[in-house]
Amino acid sequence: MKTITEQKKIIELKNISKFYDGKPVVKNISFFIRQGEFVTFLGPSGCGKTTTLRMIAGFETPTEGQVLMDGVDITAIPPHRRSVNTVFQRYALFPHLTVFNNIAFGLKLQRIPTGQMKKDFRGREYEVMRKLTKAEIAEKVHNALKMVDLEGYDQRNVGSLSGGQMQRVAIARALVNEPKVLLLDEPLGALDLKMRKDMQIELMNMHKKLGITFIYVTHDQEEALTMSDSIIVMRDGEIQQIANPQKIYDEPANAFVADFIGESNIFSGSMPEDLRVRILGKSFECVDKGFKKNEPVDVILRPEDITLVPTDSDKAMLVGNIQTSVFKGDHFQTTVIVKDDEDYDNEVLVHHTNPCDVEKPIGLHISPDAFHIMHKARIINEIETEMWDEGIVEICGGKFECNSSLPSGTKVKVKIDFDDVEVMDNEEDGEIGGTVVNSIYKGNYYQCIIRTDTYYDFFVDTDDDWLKGDRVGINLPKDKIIIEEIKGEETDA
Amino acid sequence: MPKSLSPAIKRKPVFKISRKVFSYPYMLVLMLFVIVPTAMLLINAFIYDGEASGENFLLFFQNTVYTDILANSLLVGLLSTIICLVIGYPVAYLLSKFKHGQMLMMIFAIPMWINFLIKTRSLASIFEWLGMDLGAVSVIIGMVYIFLPMMIMPIHTTISNIDKSYVEAARDLGADGITVLFKVILPLSVPGIISGITMVFIPTISSFAITTYLGGGEVELFGDVIYNAYNHDLYGVGSVMSLFMLVFVLVASFAANRFGGENEKGGSLL
Repeated sequence: MKTITEQKKIIELKNISKFYDGKPVVKNISFFIRQGEFVTFLGPSGCGKTTTLRMIAGFETPTEGQVLMDGVDITAIPPHRRSVNTVFQRYALFPHLTVFNNIAFGLKLQRIPTGQMKKDFRGREYEVMRKLTKAEIAEKVHNALKMVDLEGYDQRNVGSLSGGQMQRVAIARALVNEPKVLLLDEPLGALDLKMRKDMQIELMNMHKKLGITFIYVTHDQEEALTMSDSIIVMRDGEIQQIANPQKIYDEPANAFVADFIGESNIFSGSMPEDLRVRILGKSFECVDKGFKKNEPVDVILRPEDITLVPTDSDKAMLVGNIQTSVFKGDHFQTTVIVKDDEDYDNEVLVHHTNPCDVEKPIGLHISPDAFHIMHKARIINEIETEMWDEGIVEICGGKFECNSSLPSGTKVKVKIDFDDVEVMDNEEDGEIGGTVVNSIYKGNYYQCIIRTDTYYDFFVDTDDDWLKGDRVGINLPKDKIIIEEIKGEETDA
Repeated sequence: MPKSLSPAIKRKPVFKISRKVFSYPYMLVLMLFVIVPTAMLLINAFIYDGEASGENFLLFFQNTVYTDILANSLLVGLLSTIICLVIGYPVAYLLSKFKHGQMLMMIFAIPMWINFLIKTRSLASIFEWLGMDLGAVSVIIGMVYIFLPMMIMPIHTTISNIDKSYVEAARDLGADGITVLFKVILPLSVPGIISGITMVFIPTISSFAITTYLGGGEVELFGDVIYNAYNHDLYGVGSVMSLFMLVFVLVASFAANRFGGENEKGGSLL
């Protein structure tokens, strides 16, 4: 048997973008899926994962780019002529049909080759196709019902089924057509936890048994880690990382992935030299290299990779105070407060198995390979814009006072540090408004991303956790705005 | 009643504006124009020559003119309803597919606000101008013209309310546009069809002015004979026929509610 990495590409997306009313939902994504793989699109709601799935199913046409299946461009082919089938989020079982007829719906429309050749009146040869016979349909439906453990339910009314049963019928209805690819759009979202766990296992078993490619959409990271051969993490219409579950967890590509997948400590730090990382005011040995000298980096520490040791132990690399310790069933989740060199309190989350005393000092040990070091997505907010007037610069549709006497219309580059951006609770209190799209805790502050109405993302370091989706106002203090004239281009000066 | 209020303390209010008060005007209208006339119909039907008897019913069933006209009316009603359905369903379907279907729907609904007598007279003028003979055909055309919106509206509402995911599921399972229409949309819009049929069939069998203007004196429907009976002071037979009409309406509405499904949003007659 071939391993998955040797299998051919069954689905490939090339430079796919999708706009709704000029608003980008999916931004230039490309990836491929191999035959027989179980792939999960994972991301928060609104990240474009369902839209991507719907483009593979054929319900949405990409604004740009191509969808290939078995190397053939199927971008323009309507859904009923694609050999994919979908399990819908809310099942979409036909209410006017019985369970049997729901499952038989696709089979009754199928035409299969008979192997017999005929000539049409122009003398061209074509293969005679035929419908499935009643007996064939009945057999397939009964096998499908057997597969989802619903034997004897064939004459039941769809309305009389429970959520879990409807889910099984929906899966049977899709699989009975033997598609090349099965698409599942958050199929377990409406089920309770216990049922969801059972269905996860069943779906994995079906995938193994049938060898059909599964593409699964979910926002539940645990579900994705449990079921998938490979995970595509999406955010804001862009792919953040494509890797197998273990790699996604152990080596997240950036702070967003780390924050979204599992619990993690994320700190801002720097790389003074190869194999050394500096966080929390201390320098540690690590296994990463190849960064620029003193490059600012994001450092991720998984809570289970940190060990608690006595404060006087040789292994204690950091010393802190235990703030809280909560028993979580199979481990304790403990928050340790560590002071850095600037005397700020930093929270460090630790998972461990032995109970510990609250409000006692404790030592922390971190092995070199526990540090996951990533380039920062951005180190300063940088916007190219124009001067509105002397001393006033236009930024994202707002007018801000600044310390520059460049004349109106001069093209300039505006820079402002993450912690100099002021966020206002009331949108009206800010010169410009924006929506909070992300917020990640970084030890002793939150890093938020606030998107203005002109689609510029401000990175902001704040002490407060802003709710995703909230509207806020943005102010930029006059003295903190750094203005640089863009030279070498046409300017009015 | 809250328990703390003991009956001893409770005083009888002189006049209190409660929600019930607002229904009084309607109750009055209902009383005057529905209940009283229905009672009068019942009484009249059983009075012949100033005495209580079943003579009126005998008269109705023995006179083949009346029963023939009843059969005619049912036929005209049936034909008009079928034609309305055949024309109206595709229109309703197309309207619900368009993005601006609501606007187009308005265009179809606006004629409903014009008095139907005016519409009927205008149609008669058009037939005259075309040199068409007035008769059964022009009556049916008139019926269809007047009652078509009544067919389109409930069907359009039902189709618009069908969850798009059913259509997507059918497409996903290999159904092309036509198959989706016949295997999914059509069965799911049955409640709308039933209420459309009710809203066309019942008014057509009871209408009378349309035949007066468009029938050219050749066609007489049940509504016309009732009208004529009253005009000629034949209150007894008129009442019997009206009662038959009423029974038809009730049976049709009951059937519509029965087959239309209890939970659907088609908007039925009763």
